[in-house]
Formats: sequence, structure tokens, C-alpha cells
Amino acid sequence: MTNPLSLKSWPPYAVGVGIGLLSWFAFATADKPLGISTSFENTAALTEKAALPGIEQSNGYFAAKAAEGTPPKIGWEWMLVLGVFVGAFFSARLSGDHSSETVPALWRWRFGASPAKRLAVAFLAGAVMMFGARLAQGCTSGHGISGSLQLAASSWVFSAVFFAVATATAFALYGREGADHV
Amino acid sequence: MFDSIEKLLLGLATGIVFGFLLQKGQVAKFSVIVGQFLLKDWTVVKIMGTAVVVGSVGVFALVAAGQASLHVKPLLLGGVLLGGALFGVGMTVLGYCPGTTVAACGEGRRDAMAGVLGMFAGALAFVAAWPALQPVVKALGNEGKVTIPDLTGTSPWPWITGLALAGIAGAVLLRGFGNRTRLTPVAESGIPVGSGAET
Repeated sequence: MTNPLSLKSWPPYAVGVGIGLLSWFAFATADKPLGISTSFENTAALTEKAALPGIEQSNGYFAAKAAEGTPPKIGWEWMLVLGVFVGAFFSARLSGDHSSETVPALWRWRFGASPAKRLAVAFLAGAVMMFGARLAQGCTSGHGISGSLQLAASSWVFSAVFFAVATATAFALYGREGADHV
Repeated sequence: MFDSIEKLLLGLATGIVFGFLLQKGQVAKFSVIVGQFLLKDWTVVKIMGTAVVVGSVGVFALVAAGQASLHVKPLLLGGVLLGGALFGVGMTVLGYCPGTTVAACGEGRRDAMAGVLGMFAGALAFVAAWPALQPVVKALGNEGKVTIPDLTGTSPWPWITGLALAGIAGAVLLRGFGNRTRLTPVAESGIPVGSGAET
């Protein structure tokens, strides 16, 4: 029998069950929902605090977060993000499913093979995505999975909006023919 | 500034399993994420839907047993609507969500590495602009940290049962809507598709 760890993919329902069980584990052991984008905000806030003396007074963010009992820190969430990198790294190594691709095939078909263009747009899109996630206070993990499973009203609204807008964006960028190039 | 070492290690261990699952689920790939939003590859919906159904049962059981508490984000409609829209645009253009961007970096993908740097830049901008953003976030009111059972004055369990039934119905509907394996011979882009999904 093949070692399941060396398979390139597991069935999506099995992975979904795994993430669901991992949510139980996170709530039971750390009393935390799985979420990725909070730690990016925390790291950004700590960076600005270190780089810009006086920002704690001039920007109400710091006082507001301290009052909520969630001052920026390197905590469980930060290590979770590091762990995602490490876990994906080992999963990819064990199956040989790693790739140093810069320009995905669909992108190349639509926007050309320029690595510089792809990297620049990826940077900007990452910035827009994270800015949106923090405005909404969650991402696909924090709202989409963790918030939805808690039946949070904010998370169901977020999930509906992001899915609709992401779908509209995909068809605006790639059109119906795009599906033939995925 | 730091959590206890136990909590840090617990976070790391949880993250390693999470990253492993995301990579094995094939969602650390541009083609799978964008394929979902082109309504061709339903991997993302299958994984998220299953995680929500399975997760809700256990988490509400833990809460009922007093072993955990809910951590719900406030319904600040202005922030959630604008944030969700920006998130949707950014996720499609980047081709990864925040967690899968990090996982795709673990896979070695260069565009995801540029994406992570951008995500950090976006977080820096968010913190810097926080005071100016507050009127926007609160523009449509703040309903607080409410759940759907709170809003409707019901128990969570009928909702969880309904969610599970909807999940089963969804799985039946999506039978055959596959993963990238269900590619028709029309895909004549000359690009190797499905680099090795085994089915």
C-alpha cells in the first residue's frame, strides 16, 4: 500500500473532514479559531511600532486593540502561519509536488509570459486581498471556515460577498474560454 | 508581546497539520483556486463546505460542554461588505487566499512569495490607515458579535443539522463536477494539465 503522505493529493472531502477536525482541536486546546490574516495585521502593527516612534499615540489603533485585550503580539496565530508554510513544504517534498512556477498557465494564456508582470500584479493583489481581509476582520480561514462553522452572521455575509465578487472577477478577467485553459 | 512557549508550539503544530492538509487538498495552486471561480473545479467549495459541516458539530459540542467559547467577528456591515469585495478581487487576481498563499510558498511557487510580501504591505497600509478607515467600517452600523441563532432566537442545532443536510445535497449535486481530472479534450492549450492528480 502506498504511504498516504507521499500521495500528491487527497480527496477534497477527506481534506475537509481533516480541517473540520483540526478546528475542534484548535478550539479544544487553544480556544482559538483557525485564522491566517490576524497575524499579518499583528506583525504589521509591531513593525510600525518599532519603526515609527510615537505612532502609538498618533494612531488610535494601538489604544483600541489594547482596550479590546488584543494588543499586537507574536502568538498562537503567528506560529499557525509559520506552521502552514512548514506543513505545506513537507507535504510537497514527500510527494514531489513542488514547483517554482512564477507564471501559471492560465495567466500566461491571458496576460503573457512576463515574470515581472506576474510578480508585480501578485504583490498588488496580495496587498488588496489582505487590506480587504482586515477591513472585514477575517479571510477564507477566519471567516470562510472558522466563522461560518460558528454560524457567525458576519462570516456568512463575508463568504457570500467574496465568492460572488471573486467569481465575477474571474469571468471578467478570463471569460468563458478561461475554463478551457485552467 | 509573546504567548507562552506551550501555546506557541501548539500553534506551530496546528499550523503544520493545516498546511499539510491544504497542500494535499491541491488548493495551494493558482489553477485550482481560479478554476473554482470559473466554476470549473469545485475543490475549494468541497473542502470548505466539508470543513464547516464537520467543524460546526464539534465546536458547538465543545461550547455546550463548557470546553471552548465561540469567537465570532462583529457584524460591522460596512467593513464586511467592502472588505469582502476587495478580498474577492485580490484573491482571484493573486490566485490564492491568505492561507493557501503561505502554503503555496511552501510548495515553492514564486508568485505566491510576491503575494506574501504584498499581503504584508496590505497589512501595513491597513494599520497605518486604521483611524481614517473607522467611519467606513462602521458606516452601515455595528450589530455586534452575533450568530445566526442569536439573530433568530433559535438553538444552533437545527442550523447545524440543516447545514449537514445541505452539505450532503451539495455533494450529490457536485458528483462528477470535479477536480481538474474532469478536463475535456477541448483543453488544447498545449499545457500539461493536472500535473499528477492520481485519479
